[in-house]
Amino acid sequence: MKEILSRITKDYLYRLVKEGKRLDGRGMYEYRDINIDAGEIDPAEGSARVKLGDTDVYVGTKMDVGEPYPDTPDTGVLTTAAELIPMASPKYESGPPGEDATELARVVDRGVREGDVVDTTKLCIEEGEKVWILFIDIHVLDYDGNLFDAAGMGIMAALLDTMVPASRFDEADEDEDYPLPIEHIVVPATFTKIKDQILLDSQLEEEKIADARLTVSLNENDEIVAMQKGLRGVFDYESTKECIRKAKDICSETRDKVVDEVGRENI
Amino acid sequence: MGSNKDIELIKDGKRIDGRDFDELREIKIKAGVLKRADGSAYLEWGKNKVMAAVYGPREMHPRHAQETTKAVVRARYNMAAFSVPDRKRPGPDRRSIEISKLISEALEKVVFTEKYPRSVIDVFVEVLQASAGTRCCGLTAASVALADAGIPMSDLVASCASGKIEGQVVLDLGKNEDNYGQADLPIGYIPRSDELCLLQMDGNLSEDEYEEAMDMSIEACKEIYEIQKEALREKYSTELQAEKLNEEEM
Repeated sequence: MKEILSRITKDYLYRLVKEGKRLDGRGMYEYRDINIDAGEIDPAEGSARVKLGDTDVYVGTKMDVGEPYPDTPDTGVLTTAAELIPMASPKYESGPPGEDATELARVVDRGVREGDVVDTTKLCIEEGEKVWILFIDIHVLDYDGNLFDAAGMGIMAALLDTMVPASRFDEADEDEDYPLPIEHIVVPATFTKIKDQILLDSQLEEEKIADARLTVSLNENDEIVAMQKGLRGVFDYESTKECIRKAKDICSETRDKVVDEVGRENI
Repeated sequence: MGSNKDIELIKDGKRIDGRDFDELREIKIKAGVLKRADGSAYLEWGKNKVMAAVYGPREMHPRHAQETTKAVVRARYNMAAFSVPDRKRPGPDRRSIEISKLISEALEKVVFTEKYPRSVIDVFVEVLQASAGTRCCGLTAASVALADAGIPMSDLVASCASGKIEGQVVLDLGKNEDNYGQADLPIGYIPRSDELCLLQMDGNLSEDEYEEAMDMSIEACKEIYEIQKEALREKYSTELQAEKLNEEEM
């Protein structure tokens, strides 16, 4: 099902954007209110609920002991999946993940994986035989735009909240649970382009008229670890540089927020 | 990006396959190679072998996927089971679903879709032999196939990746460089409007390295653009010449 927007709303939005304004009066590079609650879900190894304005996303982690991939016998395994359930939007249907869910999962996964957020070499129990498998699941409850950043913040918070459940597994490396070894803090900043205006954290209506989207994931050293352009529009090279420059301050604030919420700084 | 300290990727200022840092692998494109498809292109890029075919514009099925005001560009990127050393399980996986989506989006930008409401332009990309950079191969070949199908377009899309190996920014990562390098930045570039219609990055780049890599990729895309145009010229100029000859004989 396609998202439909009335002509009058569309025209109004375009006019606002042209005047450099937004529906809710925010600045162009300002997030909606960010609320992060970590550790709400008991059975999960780690969890976080992120509310980005009205967008509501849960991220949970589970761990299991399994076999490593043959080409990386001494590192743990990390997998990310996203579900866009029908509860979150009239546009979503039940069934296996479609291309939107797949893109979401892969873009945020790339930030975590390529950003070396988790030290997977420490998740090896017995080389070539047993390693920790870390499952990250993104569950979208309410879709009001910018799932990428909500999920990205949620993953980071959930990983910081994760305790390796060693006590539950006989074959594990330790007897006591211990915090997941975290090496870097990576968060994304997602920009949307409407006509020639670029804005951060688009809400649903803005997303509906967006031409293009650019997600930039940075670590605490301001290094770029993942990027992705989405939607059918284009960016010119200069504006990608501008987005990267802006992302430095934006991500640094988000990182502080995530770390503060979880209250863990042992990295 | 993997890492393996034992593998040396740069030796005496050259890359393991002997290329300079800003040198592309050899690229060959042939337009119009399939009979049934409305348009097609075969591309060899280093050790990559990729076929692209276009069907349409034709009626969109399922009908609920129709757009009332324009055509939908629907790309399907697929890797043959035998295209990689360990057999790839046939059928779409998460990676190919994502790449298909990105190629569709990148191509739709240059096609005049408003000319064909309610229809679909199907683009099929089959990777026959994979050796790093297959999405760039697919996008580059697909835009030639679209042109070969006679689809009205504002421009071709040229695609190329750059990345980082052993701290050095290099163009067009080869197989080992992709596996053991530190960053990969594939782009799709529209030369006439100087715009990016595909942009992905993974690994680790500083702001300066990003700019160095981008500069390299954009230059390379301009080179690739010439190869694409040459492929089309080669097919259509020979057809024109043949027509001319026929006329003269008559």
